[in-house]
Amino acid sequence: MTRKMIVRKLLYAMLTILVVLVFNYILFRVLPGNPLSMMMRNPRATPETIAAVKEFYGLDQPWYLQFFTYFKHLAQGDLGISFVYKAPVADVVAQKILPTVLMVGLAEIVAIVVGIFLGIIAAWKRGTKLDVATLSFSLVTYSVPTFWLGMILVVLFSVQLKIFPTSGMFTPGKDFATTAAMLQDLFRHLALPVLTMSLVLIGQYALTMRNTLMDVLSEDYITTARAKGFRERYILKKHALPNAMLPMITIIAINIGFVVAGAIQVETIFSWPGLGRLMYEALRARDYPLLQGVFLLVTLSVVLANVLADITYSYIDPRVRN
Amino acid sequence: MTLLEVKNLKTYFDTSKGLYKAVDGTSFDLDYGEALGLVGESGCGKTTCALSITRLLPKEGKIHGGEILLEKTDLVKLNDNEIRSRRWKDVSIIFQGSMNALNPVMKVGDQIAEAVILHEKASKKEALKRAEELFELVEMPSKRINNYPHEFSGGMKQRAMIAMALACNPKVIIGDEPTTALDVMVQAQILNLLEKLRKELKMGLILITHDLSILAETCDKIAVMYAGKIVEIGTIEDIFEKTAHPYTQRLISCFPNVGKEKILPPAIEGVPPNLLEPIKGCSFYPRCHMGIPICLEVEPESRGLGGKHFAACHRSGEVSHEQ
Ligand SMILES: Nc1ncnc2c1ncn2[C@@H]1O[C@H](COP(=O)(O)OP(=O)(O)OP(=O)(O)O)[C@@H](O)[C@H]1O
Ligand code: SF4
Ligand SMILES: [Mg+2]
Repeated sequence: MTRKMIVRKLLYAMLTILVVLVFNYILFRVLPGNPLSMMMRNPRATPETIAAVKEFYGLDQPWYLQFFTYFKHLAQGDLGISFVYKAPVADVVAQKILPTVLMVGLAEIVAIVVGIFLGIIAAWKRGTKLDVATLSFSLVTYSVPTFWLGMILVVLFSVQLKIFPTSGMFTPGKDFATTAAMLQDLFRHLALPVLTMSLVLIGQYALTMRNTLMDVLSEDYITTARAKGFRERYILKKHALPNAMLPMITIIAINIGFVVAGAIQVETIFSWPGLGRLMYEALRARDYPLLQGVFLLVTLSVVLANVLADITYSYIDPRVRN
Repeated sequence: MTLLEVKNLKTYFDTSKGLYKAVDGTSFDLDYGEALGLVGESGCGKTTCALSITRLLPKEGKIHGGEILLEKTDLVKLNDNEIRSRRWKDVSIIFQGSMNALNPVMKVGDQIAEAVILHEKASKKEALKRAEELFELVEMPSKRINNYPHEFSGGMKQRAMIAMALACNPKVIIGDEPTTALDVMVQAQILNLLEKLRKELKMGLILITHDLSILAETCDKIAVMYAGKIVEIGTIEDIFEKTAHPYTQRLISCFPNVGKEKILPPAIEGVPPNLLEPIKGCSFYPRCHMGIPICLEVEPESRGLGGKHFAACHRSGEVSHEQ
């Protein structure tokens, strides 16, 4: 891909982000309710308090002024003040990024590696018991409700076997003597959310990999490779997989983009202090500035992941390169 | 010594409805530098025949009988490793619809080189050098080995395929409708190239097609296949001038001669028999305009008609030759 094309892709990406921002802004104004409507239900809120709060958040201004103020502040890196946390949105969001990226990122890596591996085995041994087993496993994990799966795993590993804690990121109130001890505690807490999340994701990767690989294996160039006298393993590695990975990259990129969005369900089940749960809380409290902040981050990561996918793709697929 | 002898080859597919006898008792032979055209309607077993020779059949397909002697070695009896080492080294195939026969994400030169590395134990550098030579042989600029398949036109892809097929100096090249997807001009060029190379390199060439007209100019011998069997085989002259099988005669009348007004060729009415069921008598009988009662009862054997001309028909001497 030429530099010009990369620049053009980035420009498109920026445009996309801008459009999404405007859309988000309008969306939130159109949605019914705001923090004031909740506050007004509180009998102890005096009209003065309400007016003060209104002014503090800029809600007393006409909508178009609010709009421009929002963008002006955004340009300065100021995402506003969270209604609920009473703290800058940027700070609130920043705290939650690492836990989410850690948990969902790990789950993605596990799911991608295992899913692709299962997909390859299934396609390779198509029609055999191994294929049927892999296929059933993928379909079941793909369709099982996340919440239910999480609960089952909690019952199994936390209640019955008592190996992993049920919630949080660290054991509350515990002092860690060493970093190693802290990491160990972190990983014990990570185990169940990562397991749940990756089980949910594996199915999609495995099924897609199986289907694309099976398509690729029936292509003429695979027959040619066989006619050339190569072993099946070599054909799989050198000819089939590079072609089958192309559609996978797109799916992986889209999913990676959503890593930041976190996993609302998994994070809620396991009280994981990530962006997914934050988004859920912000939504429930109608905390617009916070929601907008989270959405902005999600938009950025999704768009960025797509740009990266395009660039990666063009390196693997010569047909896209020029 | 004959280069390739196929004797009474039987290749059946194991389908859910029973054994499908796609190739059922096919015999022919091929000499060094000789070109044999294999012609017949769609589904008569041409590709199956080709795949049987290098044992590239899908897993439901099995060789149930016969011999495939390549310089006296029976390919049917080789184990997996032995047959693999012979593929491309002894027999290479240019596949039907080979527009997708090249891997789209691999440089064409590398695809040629990998075969040379595998069979000739060459280094990567030597193999790429060989790829360049081969490109020159098929009249393409040698630096184009660094291109990917999508950067080639259809004709160039087919030239690249031929270069690839020649990579390990095979004794036999099988072209399974190598020019079907190409326009007439390019088709002629590719066929000329194949003809020139097989004479120069003394290779046996099997050219599969359902278009008799292209065989007349390219091949020494023609085998006409019907329902898994070769019903007539002979030199160009035998086939076109001493036609001895009603099916051959109908095939010939199906293609309009050059110079004559171009009319839509009349299809041969009727359909080939269902090869899942045993056939009594001549398999062409339901469509034959010359059938007599004995044809229904007794399967016609392949009979010599002088020289290398054979036909399997009870009335082979009576087929009229004017078209
Ligand atoms: N894998 C398979 N399983 C079952 N039947 C098959 C299989 N492959 C081919 N056949 C059958 O065997 C017969 C011969 O097929 P083949 O591909 O050899 O025909 P062909 O002469 O090459 O035809 P075409 O001109 O259309 O390429 C066909 O009737 C086909 O339906
Ligand atoms: S044997 Fe009889 S039915 Fe068969 S082709 Fe000859 S004449 Fe026709
Ligand atoms: Mg065919």
